[in-house]
Order: sequence, then structure tokens, then C-alpha cells
Amino acid sequence: MDFRTVYTTCAYCGCGCGILLEVLDGEVIGTLPVKTHPVSQGSLCIKGWNIHEFVVSERRLTEPLLKKNGRLEPVSWDEALDAAASRLKRVVAEHGPDAVAILASAKVTNEENFLLSKFARAVIGTNNIDHCARL
Amino acid sequence: MVGLAAAFGSGAMTNSLPEFAESKALFVIGSNTTEAHPIAAKWIYRGKMNGAKLIVADPRSIQLAEMADIAVHHRLGTDVALINGLMHIILKEGWHDQDYVAQRCEGFEELAAKLEEYPPDRVAEITGLSVEALRRIAELYANNKPAAIIYAMGITQHTTGVDNVKSLANLAMLTGNVGVLGGGVNPLRGQNNVQGACDMGGLPNVFSGYQPVADEAANQKFSQAWGKDLPQKPGLTITDMFPAIEEGKIKALYVVGENPMLSDPDLRHIEEALKKLDLLIVQDIFLSQTAKLAHLVLPGTSFAEKDGTFTNTERRVLMVRKAIEPIGQSRPDWQIITDLAARLGYPMEYSSAEDIFQEIRQLTPSYAGMTYARLAPSGLQWPCPTEDHPGTMYLHKDRFTRGKGLFTPIDYKPPAEVVDPDYPLWLTTGRTFVHFHTGTMTRVSPSLHHEQETAYMEINPTDAREMGIKDGERVRVSSRRGEIQIKAKVSRKVDRGIVFIPFHFAEAAANVLTNPAYDPTAKIPEFKVCAVKVEKLAAQAA
Repeated sequence: MDFRTVYTTCAYCGCGCGILLEVLDGEVIGTLPVKTHPVSQGSLCIKGWNIHEFVVSERRLTEPLLKKNGRLEPVSWDEALDAAASRLKRVVAEHGPDAVAILASAKVTNEENFLLSKFARAVIGTNNIDHCARL
Repeated sequence: MVGLAAAFGSGAMTNSLPEFAESKALFVIGSNTTEAHPIAAKWIYRGKMNGAKLIVADPRSIQLAEMADIAVHHRLGTDVALINGLMHIILKEGWHDQDYVAQRCEGFEELAAKLEEYPPDRVAEITGLSVEALRRIAELYANNKPAAIIYAMGITQHTTGVDNVKSLANLAMLTGNVGVLGGGVNPLRGQNNVQGACDMGGLPNVFSGYQPVADEAANQKFSQAWGKDLPQKPGLTITDMFPAIEEGKIKALYVVGENPMLSDPDLRHIEEALKKLDLLIVQDIFLSQTAKLAHLVLPGTSFAEKDGTFTNTERRVLMVRKAIEPIGQSRPDWQIITDLAARLGYPMEYSSAEDIFQEIRQLTPSYAGMTYARLAPSGLQWPCPTEDHPGTMYLHKDRFTRGKGLFTPIDYKPPAEVVDPDYPLWLTTGRTFVHFHTGTMTRVSPSLHHEQETAYMEINPTDAREMGIKDGERVRVSSRRGEIQIKAKVSRKVDRGIVFIPFHFAEAAANVLTNPAYDPTAKIPEFKVCAVKVEKLAAQAA
């Protein structure tokens, strides 16, 4: 039996509370507050206490899906990424880079948002990137 | 956060959450803090326990109102008039901080002239508050320093959102409350990493650290670092993207971790636009309403399956640590992006999230002093320019980011849509304590689902009685844009003439009804105000 807790940051609202994810044999089984955290100081709200539940939800996407004949069907990563790349290339070739737009996310990490900005600007060549802070 | 950037030179929360414990006055406006940001509310409670005066202005009777020194319901969309009215009283009474205004701010004469137009009796008429209540709020806020203003989407989600924020900035500067411990103007961010997404350049006009794409030097710096000539013309905001799709100008959309099919106003239009795309790629952890429309769905991982950082509402950069392996074949989002970039002929060589963070530091002065080792215990607040810098608890000490604080005279403008005989009720939308944003995460959580299984509409007992609507009865709610059916919840939380619907629920989506009219500068839609009618269902009436 392998049990450990992992100190990380809650992913719900903007408070940024500290949480300890309880991991048993590679599965997240619970959430605990962090006494030493500067913002949460040992408290969590109902969402925070239960944040491990969505992680292991049965509804999580587990494989790439590609629309074929009007239906989303499971495909390999290679097929999915090849399709994404070739179709993006075609749009850029036919309509220019500003025919592509990207929505970055308030839910992914700083590192990922930074890469999305780089992807839009350096890879595609457009400044059409925004996210839902307005919403 | 255009409003704060204009006034102060930086768009972020000026102070920190724990500072609320040291404030002498707390003015909460347009934030249902105990439900939307419970742990921020804890710091408000601490401040109150330490003797701070609590002022609450919200169209609903929120929980914080119960312990407030004064709590008022001003009419929806009348924030500018309210704040101008408070400043009018403060000036007339000489409660403003004359030295601070003279030394640290500019534009005072113009503001003072504008405030002449907002005497208490006029403001009382617009806002529906009594002159006595206005005087009491002005006095409590101005005469108990330091005073913190705390707000959320109740201020920003209006056609006058930027005006509302600038007005709050005016009020805070007039009383010398910016750049001091326990004071400031404090927007509470609704999503965990909104601040980070902005900081990292997830915006059409700036690179990371708010370095403008149109600025020659900044553009050159990033072009050099990324080995490519980068476009200088700012791109489209999210609210301009959808019309551009309908006009055929945008053909491909790559959506990461967003669900515009529930979070955007006027959902019917959004769906039509998304269906027009040649290519819609959605990267998410669930098959959201938006993902169902996609040509291609890429499974990213949750925060529990990857390393990285989030930046909270008070500018604190915090570690995210991998706890478990990715579920199924899902992959950390950063790896999907680099894989895609490689296939498009632009290899990105990163071996870890920390590798990417190194590049962020090099290109982003406000993050330059941060390392994963320094962030590990309790994070660091930007700006943190060097490795021996302790981070910054509150902004604008001694000097505003832009030099002097800028007062802007602002006129009150009514909301874009007002009630009329066809649509006689005001609708306002918001969050509940259990659910989060579009519900993709919280509604699949058994404990949270159990607390609140589906949507509801709060309606005042008198309005309900007059319409013959019982608690729990399903009703039809319609606006000029669409209609939904929803369970009525008879509640004194809302005044007569107002109904409230949380926007988490796809099966009765409040945003079918809301108005896509948006603020001309910030492009934030007016989610908080529109006109609707409520009817009994025909089958039940018969």
C-alpha cells in the first residue's frame, strides 16, 4: 500500500487555497486543507474539500475523438494530432494566419497559457488569442 | 481589468486577501463573497471581528449583508451613479484626503466638476437608495482608514463595466486608500487562473507581463526569443471572435479548457457560429457542450495530473504538483501544445513544466525573480523582479505604476436593456456556493451534485403570489433572445421586480436569456442585467 499526500493548489475560484491531495496506490481519494498556507490557513470551502471527486469522474475524456460521418469517434493520438495539424495548415494556407483564433484558459497552468500565446503568435502567426476572463 | 489599468497603470488586485483582516472599513460591492469566494470571505469576517465597518451594496440580500453595518440594494446597473453620489458627499464634507490627492493623483479638477452633477437627491432617485443611506455609506467608508473596496463580476459584467471600475478607483484615490496596507481596489477573480492567463499573454494585445504586441521593443524582444517575426497588430477579443466567425473571417478555432457554449451570452448565436467553422478543435477534460460540436477533441489532464503554476487573484504564483498519472490516454495540456507545434514545423523543446517557467522568467520582468524552489512553500506575489526580492503584497506604494493616479470623470449610463411592459422583470445572474462556472467540474462531483442538483430561479414572495407561482413550480422565463423552463424558488433574497438565475446549469441555461451587449472597452457582456418575463407553464395553468 502506497499512501502519500501531495501539496498543490485548488483549481476552482481565484483564492488559490492550498490543498493536500491524498493519494492511495496511484488514485486520488481525498482532499485536506493546509494549515501553513498564506491564504487558506487551514480552511477550505465545500468545493475545495471535494475537489478530488471530479478528477476521477467516469465522464473524463480518456482518448482523442475525431468527427467521422458526423460522429465523434475514438482515434489514436497520432491520427488526432495529424488531423489537427494538417487542417490548421490548410486554413492558414488558404485564408492566412488571422483566419485562426485561439481561446486560452483560466483553468490551465501559467506554463500552458504561455505556450498557447507562443503557439498563436509564433507557430500560427496571429494575435487572435483571448480567454474567458471577460465572462 | 482595463479600468484599473487606466487609473493606476496595473489591472490587478491592488492588495492581498489577508490584508482585509487589517482594514478599518470593507466596502463589498457586486461580490457575493461567501458563495463565490468563501475563503476570501473568511478574511472579511476577520476584518469585521477586528472592528472594521462592513458596507455591502448588492441587488440581492446576500449572506454578508446579515452582518454588515449597512447593507443596501441599489437598482441594477446604477453603480456609477451610486459611487459618484458617495464621492459628491465626501467632497462636500471635506472627508477626502487632500494631501494624497494633491501629491499622488491627477485629474482632480475634472472629477470634482463632474461630481457636482450628482447631488444626493438625484442619486437617490437613480439608485433607489435613501439620502440617509448614501450619507451613512460615504461616512463609514471615508472616515475609517484604511478602507478596502472588494468587488467581482457584479461590477464588471455590465455594458458600463469599465466605468464602474474606474469609478471605484476614483473613490479609493479620493480618500487616499490606494498604495496602503489594508486598503485598495480589489477585484476577486472568478476562476482559479484568470490572473495567470492574463499575465501569460492569453490576450489579443499583449505578450506575457502585459508587454504590448504593438510596442516595437517588446515585439522585437519576443520575435528574437522565439526566432520568428511576430504580428504587431492586436488580435480579436472573444466577443469579436464570434461575429468574425459568422462573417467567415475566422475559419478555425482552437479552444483549450473553455466552454463558450455555456459561459457566453446569447447561446443560440454562439452555437450557430461554432457550426460554421471549418475546424473546431476542443481540448478539455470533459465532453463539454462546446466539445460536442467539435471536429476534433483532445483530452487534456486535470490539475492533479501535471506540474505547473497558477496565479491567484492577489497575484500570488502558486505551485501545482502532479499527484497521479494522467487518466486513460489523456496528456498534460502543455505536451499536447508542443506536439501540435512540432507537427506544424515549430519544435518546442521543453522537458518539463519547470523548463517552460524558465522561459517565462526570462521574458517576463514581473516574474523574473521566481523559481520553482522559491515558490514551493507559499508562493510569491508579483512583481518579483529579482531572486532576492520578497514579492509584493500591495501595489502602488509611494508611486502608482503609471506614475500618478488618474481620476476619470464618469457619467452614469443606464443598462443596455431596461424593463418594459413586454419584459417587465429584471434578470440578474450569478454563482452559487456549490457549483463552479459552467459546472463541468462540480456537477460530476457526487457530493456537490447532491447539494444542488439542478437550476432554479429566485423570485420575490410578493411577485410570486401575484403571478400565482408556488415554490418549486416550473415556470417559463423568456427574454428577447430565447426562453428556458426552470424551477421557481420563492425567496426574500431578491427584491420585487428582480429574478436571479445561477448560470451553472446547461439544462436551464441563464445565458440563453442574457444580453450580448458589451462594454465598449473591456468587451465584457452585460450578464448582470437584462429584461425578462416569467410565466406559468400552459399545462399547469389549464
